[in-house]
Amino acid sequence: MNSNKSYNRKLFDKKIIIQAVIDSFKKLNPKSLVKNPVMFIVAVGALLSTIFFFKNIFMGTFSGFNLQIIIWLWFTVLFANFAEAVAEGRGKAQSENLRKTRTLTIARKLVNGKEVNVPAIELRTGDLVVCEAGNIIPSDGEVTEGAASIDESALTGESAPVIRESGGDRSVVTGGTKVISDRIVIRISADPGGTYLDKMISLVESAKRKKTPNEIALSTLIAGFNLVFLLVVLTIRVFIEYNQTGSVNVSEIVSVPVLVALLVCLIPTTIGGLLSAIGISGMDRLLGHNVIAMSGRAVEAAGDIDVLLLDKTGTITLGNRMASVFIPVSDVSVEYLADAAQLSSLSDETPEGRSIVVLAKEKFGLRGRDISKLDAHFIPFTAQTRMSGVDINHPSSGKAKRIIRKGSADAIKNYVESNGGVFNSGVQQIVNDFSKAGSTPLVVAENFKVLGVIELKDVVKGGIKERFAQLRKMGIKTIMITGDNSLTATAIAAEAGVDDFIAEAKPEDKLKRIREEQTGGRMIGMIGDGTNDAPALAQADVGIAMNSGTQAAREAGNMIDLDSNPTKLIEVVEIGKQLLMTRGALTTFSIANDVAKYFAIIPAISTFLYATHLTDGPLSALNIMKLATPQSAILSAVIFNALIIVLLIPLALKGVKYRPKGAAAILRRNIWVYGVGGLIVPFIGIKLIDLLITSIGLI
Amino acid sequence: MITIHEIIQLVFYIVVLTALAPLLGGFFAKVLKGEKTFLTPVFGKLESVIYKVSKINPSEEMDWKVYTFALMAFNFFGIIFLVVIQLIQSYLPLNPQGLPNVEITLAINTAVSFVTNTNWQSYGGETTLGYFVQMIGLTVQNFVSAATAIAVLLVLIRALKTRKGTTLGNFWVDLTRSTVYILLPLAIIWALVLVSQGVVQTFSSYKEVTMLEGAKQVIPLGPAASQIAIKMLGTNGGGFFNVNSAFPFENSTPFSNFIQVLGILLISASLVFTFGRMIGSKKHAWVIYGVMLFLFVVGLSVSVYAEYSTNPIFNTSGLMEGKEVRFGVANSVLWSTATTAASNGSVNAMHSSLSPLAGMITMFNMELGEIIFGGNGCGLYGMLLFVFLTVFIAGLMIGRTPEYLGKKIESREVKWSIIAILLPSACILIFSAIAMKTTAGLSSLANAGPHGYSEILYAFSSAAGNNGSAFAGLNANTVFWNLMLALTMFIARFGAIIPVMVIAGGLVKKNITPSSSGTLSTENLLFGILLLGVILIVGALTFFPALSFGPVLEHLLMGQGITF
Repeated sequence: MNSNKSYNRKLFDKKIIIQAVIDSFKKLNPKSLVKNPVMFIVAVGALLSTIFFFKNIFMGTFSGFNLQIIIWLWFTVLFANFAEAVAEGRGKAQSENLRKTRTLTIARKLVNGKEVNVPAIELRTGDLVVCEAGNIIPSDGEVTEGAASIDESALTGESAPVIRESGGDRSVVTGGTKVISDRIVIRISADPGGTYLDKMISLVESAKRKKTPNEIALSTLIAGFNLVFLLVVLTIRVFIEYNQTGSVNVSEIVSVPVLVALLVCLIPTTIGGLLSAIGISGMDRLLGHNVIAMSGRAVEAAGDIDVLLLDKTGTITLGNRMASVFIPVSDVSVEYLADAAQLSSLSDETPEGRSIVVLAKEKFGLRGRDISKLDAHFIPFTAQTRMSGVDINHPSSGKAKRIIRKGSADAIKNYVESNGGVFNSGVQQIVNDFSKAGSTPLVVAENFKVLGVIELKDVVKGGIKERFAQLRKMGIKTIMITGDNSLTATAIAAEAGVDDFIAEAKPEDKLKRIREEQTGGRMIGMIGDGTNDAPALAQADVGIAMNSGTQAAREAGNMIDLDSNPTKLIEVVEIGKQLLMTRGALTTFSIANDVAKYFAIIPAISTFLYATHLTDGPLSALNIMKLATPQSAILSAVIFNALIIVLLIPLALKGVKYRPKGAAAILRRNIWVYGVGGLIVPFIGIKLIDLLITSIGLI
Repeated sequence: MITIHEIIQLVFYIVVLTALAPLLGGFFAKVLKGEKTFLTPVFGKLESVIYKVSKINPSEEMDWKVYTFALMAFNFFGIIFLVVIQLIQSYLPLNPQGLPNVEITLAINTAVSFVTNTNWQSYGGETTLGYFVQMIGLTVQNFVSAATAIAVLLVLIRALKTRKGTTLGNFWVDLTRSTVYILLPLAIIWALVLVSQGVVQTFSSYKEVTMLEGAKQVIPLGPAASQIAIKMLGTNGGGFFNVNSAFPFENSTPFSNFIQVLGILLISASLVFTFGRMIGSKKHAWVIYGVMLFLFVVGLSVSVYAEYSTNPIFNTSGLMEGKEVRFGVANSVLWSTATTAASNGSVNAMHSSLSPLAGMITMFNMELGEIIFGGNGCGLYGMLLFVFLTVFIAGLMIGRTPEYLGKKIESREVKWSIIAILLPSACILIFSAIAMKTTAGLSSLANAGPHGYSEILYAFSSAAGNNGSAFAGLNANTVFWNLMLALTMFIARFGAIIPVMVIAGGLVKKNITPSSSGTLSTENLLFGILLLGVILIVGALTFFPALSFGPVLEHLLMGQGITF
């Protein structure tokens, strides 16, 4: 897919990194730190330790150990800032070009019929602007006059231009795209800052990003852990002092920097430091798939979808029914039937009509004939007769007048029988067979005699069945919505592999079904494009509107797919799930890490109890990693804690890998990797750091 | 070495418990829903008389706020009533010993203790309180404090299975049914069995007997069996006599010991299956029961191991100091594990005399928040708070907004679960630190070093777990300890009940999402393991340091031959 090319750029761009390094220092500003409670605690702790350190220097004592701890505490804050800055930088890079074009664009606004040049950012809802070939469309809007081909590659990366015209389902244009030909008048539909792109830009750039419900809940959990560990650290010195024997000065061993180090190691700094990076990069990834979400909430909701409603046409099938076979009846030859069918369809501009002509040409070499020479009178399809056809008065061969009609079985039966003809059971049988197979039978009659039946078939998109199977594995039920009768719908549903369908669906049926499912407690996703989908899109928990759809549909949905590719929903669902999984996995990892840190720090600060030589007290038995000295143990834990943030930045940006499997399988895997892994990794990491820093003599 | 007979006794205990719990649990579900059972003809009359006398309309439904108000009002009244009758006990009837009025901080401590189902005893049973206070005050609270927690559990169950509702039942009905159909009938059976074993039940005054060598001894008596029955079943633990179930008139034979220790866990274990029945998932109930049983068995095994390990100082194992010869080591640690797992708090051996690691297990059991079976009702709702956290973390890890039994677990549930789990832990850590820093706290200690440290930590763990057992050695009847412990018991009890009610109030309004292959199953081993992991990690992370400087340090020092 073209769209993915723009996305699969390098994870770390040199430019972004340099900017991020600068930003991580800028983010030391208390105003920005306070937004992240975990890092705020770390920063306050680092500050306290720094003050403690300088106070001691003034009093004439210098501790290289304390200095090293303090340096690493500040690094912890910087690393977290860096993670956020990188994510923001990547998001910004994605949206910067668009923003640039938008702010620089000059719009040709129509004021009382006259064109006035104004900056694009001053346009308001309802303003009319003119765009001609070469102009950039200044803002989101709807074409009210004319038609034009438009290059949307700035948005979609798709180089083939698309047609946008007034009225109908293709009237919406997006700011930042370019008119290639013709002239259109656009009614602006967004105020400054309110365009889709503006919204997306603000989602990617964290400042205006609202926290999603799950993020809030997770922040609460993290805050809970912060409190627990604050309690532990605040009481630990008293507990040690109680057991104090001899003349050891406890406040020197369990000093402020050591207590802060313990606190910082215990509070979930890993997830705390990476939380906003995860959120930002999720949005960024979505934009990389050319989907614009109106809120982070919508993306997460996508991960929760239980039931997905899809329009059959254009989503599951290629869009139009195609003639696939001619079945003559009684003594009629197949060529004759094809000929009659072709004649009756020559002026039929519907896709079905054209497919009949194409089939006749492909199968029997029947070429299109010059209609004017035929002296033919075409009968267009009407809702009353439900037939179309042709009357040929003077065929070139001089034969008698031909009255050819084609239409639905009911209509032709009625037509034939009321004119004295026979609609025998053989015909009926063929018709029924086709219906059962899910195709649409079209009966052809000439001079009130049935010639045969044309099978019109829905062609299911290639690969769609596999996509639905994937959805099913994710636990998502698919429901196809179609205007077809239930026989047809059954067959297509079986072929496409959807779980359920609604046949002969009217807009209110869609709405009703969505409400029913919601009452049953399910989360509903809906993909739609037409105006009649707007109520359903609005009612659904996640509505994805096609970019090619109508303004009404786009406004009703909470996501817009710029590529108008309905199966994109699977990627959206995956991104939503990935977001949650990454957060959950890193939280688990972060908390599981604490076990090893306890085994490093607790013996280090209490080994002097009942000791004969300060470091051989009974609690050294807890030093199961056999770390060299109390100082190296504490320092190793702090260093590990800081480095793990940096090491996990790529994971935060890319997200935990999602595989379409059942919940149990995913959970088992993540528990192994991040839970059990989170228990074991720090034991190894801290031991290695301890070996390293003692061998190079830092301690 | 532990004998094969002792192992058989321990296994037999677990088998009997696991066999009875599902049966009783199913029965509880019926009576709590108000269905007819064989008890209805007799106890049903009692139920309707209670409604009539108290002017309760049993069909009135309450939302969470009204329910919480009723519950809190009832408990406040209970505390005030208990305080008052202790303050004026010398003027009340049924006081054949003529015991004097109780000092006010002790009265407050005792009142809070019994209303919160803690039954911490700063007072000496037979030497402080007369029969009136014991029966009208304490025994009544033994019933209703247990019934209160069962009512809270019922609210949570209703919240989980109601689809977009508002009301959560009627507090007075839940209180009455839990008492009349669950606690009362079982207490009657238990009391009769105990009397048959020689546990005393009389209104006569204490007997003074002349012993063989001519010395005189006062033999305390009283209506003990009836209170002991509910003391065990209602996870109360407050003994009729000061030394609790180590006293022969309170716990006379090995059989009475078995019946009593079975009573400790029976109702709490059964309520797990009541829960399973009411939410419609027996498998989930088994998962929760499995997690509880696992934690219990591990604690028991560590205790048995610690007790039977060779003590380096005496060079022997299975020390009997502080234990009853009638029961032996295995039955003593079975009791110490069960009583601390279930927030019961009765003892048949002195926990202070346990080996350091067995003592640590008793503390850790309580510090986890009394969720290994736990108190009647409160053990399970405490466990469900951990389930919410587990579901939340697991839900994130499978990439779906977390759901429990179809109800979304969101910010509100997470927030209040954390508050309820955090408050008791905060009390234990902060108050222990305060006690260690003040002379008022330290002056009550009988031992120095880590053992004295454990006395303090144990006292607050016991109060915060609403357990009520004491480590012994600590003189808790001082103004400082009476008030600090009363505060801890109060915060721990209502600091959990109110959050649970808030959570229920939010959950009841939510819709129920049907499960699919994409939703987290709470019915399998994987979930059980995860739940276990969350409990242990949260518990260990909170108390690892605190326990290190007490029992762990004492254990390590014991290896060097140092004791306190």
